[in-house]
Amino acid sequence: MSNAATFDTRTDTAIPVESPLAYSYRRSGAPQAGGPSRLQLRERAMLGHLILRGGAIVLDEAVRDVLGISLPGQPQALVQDASGERSIQWLSPDEWLVIVPGGEEFPLETKLREHLGSAHFAISDVSGGQTLVEISGEAARELLMKTVIYDVHPSHFPVGKGVTTVFGKATTIIRRPSEDRWELVIRRSFADYCYRWLLDAAAEYGVNVQQ
Amino acid sequence: MSQSKQQVFRLNTGGRIDRSRTLSFTFNGQRYQGHPGDTLASALLANGVDIVNRSFKYSRPRGIVAAGAEEPNAIVQLGSSEAAQVPNVRATQQALYEGLAASSTNGWPNVQRDLMGLFGKLGGQFMPPGFYYKTFMAPASMWLTYEKYIRKAAGLGRSPMEADPDNYNHFNQHCDVLVVGAGAAGLAAALAAARSGARVMVADEQEEMGGSLLASRETLEDKLADQWVARVLDELAGCENVTLLPRTTANGYHDHNFVTLHERRTEHLSDTAPVENGHRQVRARLHRVRAGQVILSTGAHERPLVYAGNDVPGNMLAGAVSTYIRRYGVAPGRKLVLSTSNDYGYRAALDWKEAGCEVVAIVDAREAPASDWVDAARAQGIKIITGSAVIEAKGSNRVTAARVAKIDIVAFKVSGPVQELACDTIASSGGYSPVIHLASHTGARPTWRDDIIGFVPGLVKGVQACGGVNGTYALGDVLAEGVEAGIKAAAAMGHAVQTVTLPSAERLQQGPAVALFQVPHEKPTLRGPKQFVDLQNDVTAAGIELATREGFESIEHIKRYTAMGFGTDQGKLGNINGMAIAARCLKRSIPEVGTTVFRPNYTPVTFGAIVGRHCRDLFDPERYTALHQWHVERGAEFEDVGQWKRPWYYPQKRAGAVNGERESMAEAVARECLAVREKVGILDASTLGKIDIQGPDAREFLARIYTNKWEKLAVGKCRYGLMCKDDGMVTDDGVTSCLADNHFLMTTTTGGAAAILEWLELWHQTEWPELDVYFSSVTDHWATMTITGPEARKLLAEISDIDLDRDSFKFMDWRSGKVAGVPARVFRISFTGELTFEINVQANYAMHVWQTLFKHGEKYGLTPYGTETMHVLRAEKGFIIVGQETDGSVTPEDLGMQWCVGYDKPYSWIGKRALTRSDTKRENRKQLVGLRPKDPKVVLEEGAQIVLDPKHAIPMPMVGHVTSSYYSPILDSGFALAVVKGGHQKLGDTVYLPMADGQTHEAEIVSTIFYDPKGERQHV
Amino acid sequence: MFYIYCPYCGEHREEEEFHPKGQAHIERPKEPEACSDEEWGNYLFFRDNPRGVHHEMWVHAVGCRKFFNVTRHTVSYEILETYKMGEQPSITADSQSQAREGAAVSQQEGVRA
Ligand SMILES: [Zn+2]
Repeated sequence: MSNAATFDTRTDTAIPVESPLAYSYRRSGAPQAGGPSRLQLRERAMLGHLILRGGAIVLDEAVRDVLGISLPGQPQALVQDASGERSIQWLSPDEWLVIVPGGEEFPLETKLREHLGSAHFAISDVSGGQTLVEISGEAARELLMKTVIYDVHPSHFPVGKGVTTVFGKATTIIRRPSEDRWELVIRRSFADYCYRWLLDAAAEYGVNVQQ
Repeated sequence: MSQSKQQVFRLNTGGRIDRSRTLSFTFNGQRYQGHPGDTLASALLANGVDIVNRSFKYSRPRGIVAAGAEEPNAIVQLGSSEAAQVPNVRATQQALYEGLAASSTNGWPNVQRDLMGLFGKLGGQFMPPGFYYKTFMAPASMWLTYEKYIRKAAGLGRSPMEADPDNYNHFNQHCDVLVVGAGAAGLAAALAAARSGARVMVADEQEEMGGSLLASRETLEDKLADQWVARVLDELAGCENVTLLPRTTANGYHDHNFVTLHERRTEHLSDTAPVENGHRQVRARLHRVRAGQVILSTGAHERPLVYAGNDVPGNMLAGAVSTYIRRYGVAPGRKLVLSTSNDYGYRAALDWKEAGCEVVAIVDAREAPASDWVDAARAQGIKIITGSAVIEAKGSNRVTAARVAKIDIVAFKVSGPVQELACDTIASSGGYSPVIHLASHTGARPTWRDDIIGFVPGLVKGVQACGGVNGTYALGDVLAEGVEAGIKAAAAMGHAVQTVTLPSAERLQQGPAVALFQVPHEKPTLRGPKQFVDLQNDVTAAGIELATREGFESIEHIKRYTAMGFGTDQGKLGNINGMAIAARCLKRSIPEVGTTVFRPNYTPVTFGAIVGRHCRDLFDPERYTALHQWHVERGAEFEDVGQWKRPWYYPQKRAGAVNGERESMAEAVARECLAVREKVGILDASTLGKIDIQGPDAREFLARIYTNKWEKLAVGKCRYGLMCKDDGMVTDDGVTSCLADNHFLMTTTTGGAAAILEWLELWHQTEWPELDVYFSSVTDHWATMTITGPEARKLLAEISDIDLDRDSFKFMDWRSGKVAGVPARVFRISFTGELTFEINVQANYAMHVWQTLFKHGEKYGLTPYGTETMHVLRAEKGFIIVGQETDGSVTPEDLGMQWCVGYDKPYSWIGKRALTRSDTKRENRKQLVGLRPKDPKVVLEEGAQIVLDPKHAIPMPMVGHVTSSYYSPILDSGFALAVVKGGHQKLGDTVYLPMADGQTHEAEIVSTIFYDPKGERQHV
Repeated sequence: MFYIYCPYCGEHREEEEFHPKGQAHIERPKEPEACSDEEWGNYLFFRDNPRGVHHEMWVHAVGCRKFFNVTRHTVSYEILETYKMGEQPSITADSQSQAREGAAVSQQEGVRA
């Protein structure tokens, strides 16, 4: 067991929580274009987000044993488990983003720490600090061209890729878990700016926001 | 508004306009009609409008000269309403639409009869090059007056005074091959590249793609060339890998094949964008294109000849005459004289004749021209005068005659008798200037080619030039070059091209051109009638000659001295002629005089397109904490700290106030300060940067990066740390806590969070990779709520299971437990000097915890306070704020914080060595002290300069300045922090602060700690 | 706007994702206390400003957060190579001038007005 403090920041009780977009829904609403919308936006709130730091070889074995998926070693790679509920994304040669269903992050961290023992690594829980927004629909790529500077053409951004890049004047992680679905991981404090940016950019296509 | 006039110069047949529909428009208040397919320029010519502007400097009447982006005169103000005003629109590039309203940019107060005209005529001789510099420079105080007048008179267009109703946006584009210009070369290149499967973008500035082929006499596969254009465009439009962008100008070619395209999406429809499905369409879009390869097929601009009176309306480019006839169905006159140095100009005469108008003569500067073009003109019975040129145009508001004479180009003189030919139009052609503007944006130096009498682009990696821009003008050659460029570009991006069969072009026999720029006149240039080089900036041949006589030899200097190629013109028509004249005067060759370098943008871009969506609410990100809504509802005023919106203070309704009047800032801050000192206050401190540090060498890393010691900080303890750059100057501070032996939580200033994380990574990655440690930002993960004041413990005890006893949970300890049922880490650190608990919970729970604190806090007088109160409270305690007490030139010792410096640490930590440099050891460095104004009612101004002797003659030696200054409610007095030279040795001294209003404040140098000097209150 | 190949991400990315961090290969003296004031001042404040090949440090700030080195031509702005922290450049001012010997001076190079 590494000599680091772990801390389960969640509680089981029926204490109300607010996702990073809670304020934005109240302020800007959740537009419903109805049937003809060419875009869907959905926040996947309250997921478990962990930052994994360490050497790929060291981490890979633990991740495979604990999570059942292998650590993506290639830059910009995104892997998911069979259900698509759990994913690991390469962020840098010694940094990965793990996203799991909400509540799984602390047991996962604990198991990984047990497995990794005295190896040099770090795990940081960032679940409260970011949220995931799904974008789908036929206008999704055009929306993203207005939003991120990274090339989102399918020839350059195939399924299974994820990058950190510039979003308007903020930053984001953008991922493509499947043919017709994109994911943005945005920081809590920038979430309202990002949401307003997305609604503004989406207005011309018609957008349905699922809360 | 008067009745519409007839389109008297409209031809009955021909052109790409739709005569079945009529559009009405106004120009300078007069109503006219045109047709779909017209530009504003072609419609004005069809209506016989000769004068479209007054010239910039001399206020001479000016007419339309060109048919494209190179037009120097027909620059108009567009917009039917105030909000829709657009300046600097070229009439030649503006499609006509119903209701278009345009007016002349220059010509205050009236384009037909101009007050400035008088000044121009009188003042003309007094306005040599450098006129503005020479005349209006003195006295300097008058410049504002001059400028206002000059600007108004010069009429540079005006911006709207009302908000723009339109939307603009940006697209981030990436492609393998970007083709700029969809004329013959560009289309051939695009076709070749597209068939390879490469991602291709094609941008063309005109309403229709096809370039000169749309108005060409030439045939491809025995059909008019525009039919080939239609076929190619059809194929390209059907390719999924091709993006066609008409009405799109490549305006800037930046580093590494980054090209900005300005797409005008609705400007051909109306002056504000139409609404579709409830949404106003995007008026203009800026495409930020990162291209693998760029194909420049930007063509060439025809170069006018420079002769006397060449600015009188009715003087046009030969190619423009052809374009108006063949593309727009307008003959811009009745009787034409053509002056040319080459074969290309002949097309204008042939088109003119075919349109049923009279060609008075072709005046060819060549002694014995011989080619298929010359033969064609002779066959039409057109008179050709050889070895001659139009030396002067007669007329004032319109050409009335051309004076023609034999000329000796080498000797630069008129060599025969002058004859006067009556005409209303003079077309001239001095050959072509390749449009090398974009290539030159890359920094590549253009190359002069004698054979084509022009500059061709110097090329950088990843760029191909083809067609006119490359000096290739014969249609068959242009197409072949285009295909080759397309193949090469695609291949460079890893795409192999299938065959592209070229259409067969007519092979016309071409005769050589002669290099003619300025045409000699009977009188010497300096004394003869004006010969214009740059029509937009009113630069004459005489002006350039004068500049060379005054000693300007470099073309870059001549440009600046004469204003040639300035502003929106960017030297499209005039630069080469200007260089040729300078070369003649300096007796050098053109390339010896210099090359010509152009800057972005190629044509004006509206600010809207540059700004895109980065405006209004989306101008800059606003960062919010998880408690932002509560602050908004509580009526907080906000302060910008970096991109964060932090509550500044929370003004309450004044007790007993009618109409709900709220406290002033001073009142609110005083109330908040006292609440903290006497009861308990709460601050949203979530914006502080938080960095999670893990690894066996974490402690060693901290010891190297901070000035103070970390070896012995135990688990459960917190410590304040100071960070320097290696120059010994303070750069950040904050509290770092030991969570476990190999695990620390660092806090940084709100503004410094991102930079400090990068700073840590810098040292770890570059100098100390051997240290096993990782850093991750957890700023947004945690929400931080600071409760502070004598009642803080009682309040927290009500909702927390943590043992808050003063002996088990000491000052500078942290504990974990539950607060309001939520797992929390609580830190006993203090920035106010009072008993303080900083509660950290996962941000998603923050609102619940905050509201629970208020539920229980009311009976203790819990008061929310903002950053202003925080600043007052910390200053009363002498706690610094990095960036306020420090400015990058302040050491820990200057701050009197030697207690925070581990001089004897084993590693030479960042900043240590610099603290022993002679300058940092100086005794008279500015040092942080407290200032107590002699008059307690005075609150000194932050930034006020400090002197020791207020009676000293000005300039007084200044010994320091105020860094922080407030009114302290608990002390009922103003107080300040300041840096003063040698201040640590000056306690008790009196200093003076002379103010701008003549008052001089007196203050005593005191300790920086104004309240609770023993620091007992935070330990209770 | 540069297009920079990040040696860690293995692809070209837009300049907006990077921060420039000054001259590359500036090493902190191993024993700062053994340095004279002048040596320490040189380390702190003095940097090259060559016309031509230059080595710079950049960080992929909005990306992998890794520092790396860039060999860039300060006239043409061409990036000749990028390489990881701790590696040495394969292209230097010396290697460039040797390569140019015998060959005609490149016309590619322009001047920024
Ligand atoms: Zn990278």
